[in-house]
Amino acid sequence: MSERYDAIVVGAGHNGLVCASLLAKAGKKVLVLEANSQVGGAAVTRTFADGYSVSSVAHLLYQLQPQVRKDLGLNIEMTASDMPTVALSTDGKHVRISGDEVSGVNAHDVAGYKNFCTRMNRFADLLKTFLNKTPPRLAKDASRSDLLTLAQLGLDIRRLGKVEMQEFLRLIGMNIRDEVVERFDSEILRGAISLDAVMGTHLGPRSPNTILTYLYRLAATHGAIDQPSGGMSAVSEALAHSARDNGATIRTNMKVRRIVVENGRAAGVETESGEKFSSWLVVSNADPKTTIMELVKPKNVETGFTHRIHHMRMRGNAAKLHLALDGLPAIKGVDKREFAGRFIIAPGDDYVERAFNHAKYGETSAKPVFEIVFPSFRDSSLAPTGKHVLSAIVQYVPYELRANWNKKSRSAFEKLAIATLAEYMPDLKERITATELLTPVDIEEQFHIHGGHWHHGELTLDQFLFTRPVGGAAQYAMPLDGLYLCGAGSHPGGGISGAAGRNAARAILKSGYAL
Amino acid sequence: MTIQEVEQGRLRSPFYPRQAEIDRLNNWHEWKGYSSADGFYDTTLEYFSIRNSTGVFDLTPMTKYRITGPDALDYLNRLVTRDMRKIKPGRVAYAVWCDDQGQVIDDGTIFHLSEGDYRLCSQERHMSWLTMSAIGMDVSIVDETEEICALAVQGPTSFSILQAMGIKGIEKLRPFGLAHFDFQGSGIMISRTGFTGDLGYEVWLSPDQALDLWDALFEAGKIYGIMAIGTEALEQSRIEAGFIAAYVDFLPADVTVRSGRSRSPLELGLDWLVDFKKPNFNGRRALAEEKRKGSTWQLVKLDIEGNKPAHHSYVYANPKSKKEVGFITSAVWSPVCKQNIALGTVRSPHGKVGDKLYVEVYYQREMHWSRVMAEAIVVDKPFWDPPRKRATPPGPF
Amino acid sequence: MKKYDAIVVGAGHNGLTNAAYLAKSGLDVLCLEKNDYIGGATVSRNLYKDWYYSNCSYVCSLLRPEIFRDLNLARHGLQVTPYGGGTVFMENGDYLGSYPDHEVHYREYARFSKADADAYERYSADTMRQCRFIRDFLLRTPPDPTSFKPKDLKELAHLGSRFYEMGEQRMYDTIRFWTMSVAEYLDEYFETDVIKAALSGSGIIGTALGIHSPGTAYVLLHHYMGDVDGSMGAWGYARGGMGSVAKAISGAFQSYGGELRTDAGVDQIVVKNGKVKGVALTTGEEIDASIVVSAMDVKRTFLKCMDKNDLDDDFYNRVKNFKIRGSSGKLNIALDGLPTFPALPKNSPLLDGDMHFIDSMERMERAYDDWKEGTWSKDPYVDMVIPTVCDPTMAPPGKHFMSCFVQYCPATVEGREWTDEERDQFGQTVIDQIAEYSPDFKDLILHCEVRTPKEIENEAGLTEGNIFHGELTMDQLMFNRPIPGYAQYRGPVGGLYMCGSSNHPGGGVMAAPGCNAAREILLDLKRRDITPANFGDD
Repeated sequence: MSERYDAIVVGAGHNGLVCASLLAKAGKKVLVLEANSQVGGAAVTRTFADGYSVSSVAHLLYQLQPQVRKDLGLNIEMTASDMPTVALSTDGKHVRISGDEVSGVNAHDVAGYKNFCTRMNRFADLLKTFLNKTPPRLAKDASRSDLLTLAQLGLDIRRLGKVEMQEFLRLIGMNIRDEVVERFDSEILRGAISLDAVMGTHLGPRSPNTILTYLYRLAATHGAIDQPSGGMSAVSEALAHSARDNGATIRTNMKVRRIVVENGRAAGVETESGEKFSSWLVVSNADPKTTIMELVKPKNVETGFTHRIHHMRMRGNAAKLHLALDGLPAIKGVDKREFAGRFIIAPGDDYVERAFNHAKYGETSAKPVFEIVFPSFRDSSLAPTGKHVLSAIVQYVPYELRANWNKKSRSAFEKLAIATLAEYMPDLKERITATELLTPVDIEEQFHIHGGHWHHGELTLDQFLFTRPVGGAAQYAMPLDGLYLCGAGSHPGGGISGAAGRNAARAILKSGYAL
Repeated sequence: MTIQEVEQGRLRSPFYPRQAEIDRLNNWHEWKGYSSADGFYDTTLEYFSIRNSTGVFDLTPMTKYRITGPDALDYLNRLVTRDMRKIKPGRVAYAVWCDDQGQVIDDGTIFHLSEGDYRLCSQERHMSWLTMSAIGMDVSIVDETEEICALAVQGPTSFSILQAMGIKGIEKLRPFGLAHFDFQGSGIMISRTGFTGDLGYEVWLSPDQALDLWDALFEAGKIYGIMAIGTEALEQSRIEAGFIAAYVDFLPADVTVRSGRSRSPLELGLDWLVDFKKPNFNGRRALAEEKRKGSTWQLVKLDIEGNKPAHHSYVYANPKSKKEVGFITSAVWSPVCKQNIALGTVRSPHGKVGDKLYVEVYYQREMHWSRVMAEAIVVDKPFWDPPRKRATPPGPF
Repeated sequence: MKKYDAIVVGAGHNGLTNAAYLAKSGLDVLCLEKNDYIGGATVSRNLYKDWYYSNCSYVCSLLRPEIFRDLNLARHGLQVTPYGGGTVFMENGDYLGSYPDHEVHYREYARFSKADADAYERYSADTMRQCRFIRDFLLRTPPDPTSFKPKDLKELAHLGSRFYEMGEQRMYDTIRFWTMSVAEYLDEYFETDVIKAALSGSGIIGTALGIHSPGTAYVLLHHYMGDVDGSMGAWGYARGGMGSVAKAISGAFQSYGGELRTDAGVDQIVVKNGKVKGVALTTGEEIDASIVVSAMDVKRTFLKCMDKNDLDDDFYNRVKNFKIRGSSGKLNIALDGLPTFPALPKNSPLLDGDMHFIDSMERMERAYDDWKEGTWSKDPYVDMVIPTVCDPTMAPPGKHFMSCFVQYCPATVEGREWTDEERDQFGQTVIDQIAEYSPDFKDLILHCEVRTPKEIENEAGLTEGNIFHGELTMDQLMFNRPIPGYAQYRGPVGGLYMCGSSNHPGGGVMAAPGCNAAREILLDLKRRDITPANFGDD
């Protein structure tokens, strides 16, 4: 007889931990099973070369919802907060962004950027209220609370006032490119904003929807970027700590093979090693495709639902490149102190759009775009003294590479990426002592995310709010009794935000799963 | 590269050469791209061959899918509402399948040909839904509509004819059984199934056997009153047997444009096909909910006074009421029962067995229209259900 | 000097429709047209010998049947004949036919995939459901979601109830349909590349987006929501070319006593004390009216034909940022005879339908990449029809008129004005593409008119030659069209109205904006509403 729990959480990603901690806090007997040896899922710090560590997937923190911090009483030490951004230009005329201030652009853009930030942040605040709620069901027989939430959403939008409401309804489906081209003269600034809008997605700046993704980025802290001390594991460890404090059991190196279904309902899980754990409540932090197609199996759910999950778009497009450096590279026109910040290589909205073109045809960008940080600059625990780590998110790197991902294509892309970086950091190549490239395929394999997509599914209006992951299952409860989803594939989506985990826990507790 | 143009007109069944020889009416309609006869000589005579001797109907245009693979049983069991684990090889199951909302997509028959090897037959095409349902399952679905042709051999003397034709062992075939037989050195499959509610069989074969089989069948059947029949005769017997038809008594849920126009199996009187005890199937959650809350509609079999078929009639709860409670979907005068019968859909709570309803019948006699509010009693049994249908071995009726 | 009740600027189909309804209501209406012919982009032009080119719009199905009937357009000479069928020629020598006969169509799709052939039914039903949903709003004024006026609340409630009535799952499907890309929408039904390519064209025609851009699934509706005699999604030819549509509506307009003046380009819409006073023509002539209705697109109306000082800055900037991008061109060709297409069987019914020469989704998307780079597609999506196969009135017997709609073609080449040489190269690109599949095509060409967005703008007045008077993206639809707060056909100045396709429900030869604007004008004048309501189909 296997041990019985009130709830089993599959996967100790940050959302899984948030959810587990909140359930445990409510007095439930909770078990969290994690496939990897570390907790955190894609929010981890790993050693990638002797003496060098890095946040393997997510490397900056900007989306952690204040409500999550508050509910769990989290206290995470940061080595850097409100990090400024330097948007690089090959000619050394970089654009520097910090909060709503920008330099290296003309006066029109300086003023314009301030305005832009004010407006975007106002809309992001509105979005934030959506993000921390369970999306209501749309149905004639919807419950009172669904109707109330819906009314609340409508009211929140109306509260913006007539003009702003009109603007919100117009902008929400628009692309970032039209907005930046309308507002700014500086190509570099346009590119930098575009990059923030498209990072992690299969969208280019001209794709409608990229205002939404931009707002989503701003929706926790207005885009203020932090770097946790010791890398992203600091966040995960804090969450795990909170979960354990609340009484949850977390077991690592326990890969779940299947979610056990009995009499048409979830009844527990079985691990790769054959261990069984029973619970009438299984909460999956895995992505929707892995959860349904692999752990639950389509035969246990219905055709229409399976079809919708099957067609959920979640092919990753971003890679992580980690370089171990024997010293900081030189960047023309960049002061050493600035290495504490974030660098962007996205010189122009057209540059980003062209980089995206390749991804549509299963190619890697000929000129990729980058978000770069040197986490070791402020955090000496990440590299040997005097040495440094370069951590970069590289786009666009499609999951389904037409030429297939193999040794050859990997090394070719790594070379290309480094060569592109070297255009801005001439002595970079000599400084590299070790490299790690994580393509979406690697991310899929190592972090068990289908398609290696860090949002667990594209964040577009057709996979947002009412229809995330799919219509009819947006309230965290899956159409299999006893099964819930708490990962980024559910509302509101990815990023180290904890909103999905928190919303899921609240939905579970509200549903009366008080076993 | 030369591309063969797809057939531009109507397709012809492999039996067409023989049908053309006997056809006197030249009344054909289209059925899934094929020419299908309304009738060949006279609808009444054709109809009575089903009830009195044997009528032969060409089933070739029926859509046929072969379903095989390790997950075939799991696949079918999730697809349809009844428990397919109970259908052993050599048996045929009448089944309905639903979408996630528990709305009927279609009904059809599933033949368990041999262990793990199934054939699904239906009036409509469902490759799209079947393929969607196969996502994540190890199962192969092959459309074999063109590779298999079929004849329905229906009526009291059908058994005698097949026996006379030399089909050995046909006497052992029970209702909803299937078996493979030798025919002139090659195999055919015969199932004891049909759409007429009478003793009858369906013969499944490859197109190259079609004419030989037709000839042998009609040769053997000569002294047993065998007759080719068209859709009109079949339709009368179908209603007498209380069988429903897609696009007549219900609409396939996956292609209805308007909401609320589809029906659940519970609403179609097919609750006996819904097995809530089996693990999971499409529509299970919605149907369980419907069972708890009650259905909106109810399919009814109506025995109507008078002799004017109630085509397209509204149904009322009382003769004076202004607001209808439902409508008729199929209606016919039953020549064998001498009853005015119909299938209809009424709103719950109307339509319980024994309820007295009223149907508004309009009919014309020599440029004179009459309207009657005819009394209609809801009945539970099929209008025509003779014991010979079930007898095994069947007698030489 | 005479003062009119209303002046309508532009005698395109929407301007004429609007004018017709105002005149029918008893107003004294003058309709002004800059060209010496009417129709705007709804024209048949005699540019070569005895040929009549539908040289802008070329097929007719969206024209609202309610208006057709209400204005007695048949009596004024309009006759729309359905046509069926279509072909996509494939690089490997094969082709994908689209046949009017349901079963033949099924067989053709089944040649590529049985699942696809079958999925087509589901695809049609799902798309039709969206058509039915939107059709109800075509002849209605979009509600203002920010307003608390009873009229707006009532309309919002109507929209909400139409939406709710679809049922839960279908509501979600609808949200997705309105926001997803046509490529992804098709992926949910079909597996065959050429089938998806064939169907995806309708998601990008006239649109400066690619098939993978979110929001393009919705554009499908602008090609499916029309009907010819109740057959939804069917396309037809206006006998005599598209000019017959304009001619018939102007016939109706004049029968109600309206006055039409061609060769009368409006230079300025004159505003005095915050109210319109009338218009000033390019000739300097001023004509007074208490109402001015512009059938021009919003950019042309407000940026070219009005004084900036008469508009508030915010409004002016919003108009400036209104997206109206040139993305398509057109070739109109006089042919000495019917070209042959060896890939097709002799006497194939497909020869009477439309033809396309792009057989993969990748080619569709790459065509868009060229446009993004500021040039015309080197391998364009061409929608080619030969209306003379069923309309004997457009060319001499035995001769033919061919219309090639070309996607994508930018308004400027890499930011510069088009040169004549570039225009010819663009034309040649299209001709070469067709000639790949028709060896005798080039020899049959008697005359060819190549139209880039520049020519279309110059003649028909459409800004950037955009056929829809503005992109059909979510930010410019319904209550956002053309500009939030101005979606009810009223301009920012008293007495000024807008009735062109920049307004809800958008472009295509639909005449709905013209009719809807008339309804709002009559409402403001407290006159009886004489505009038709949606037929409704249940």
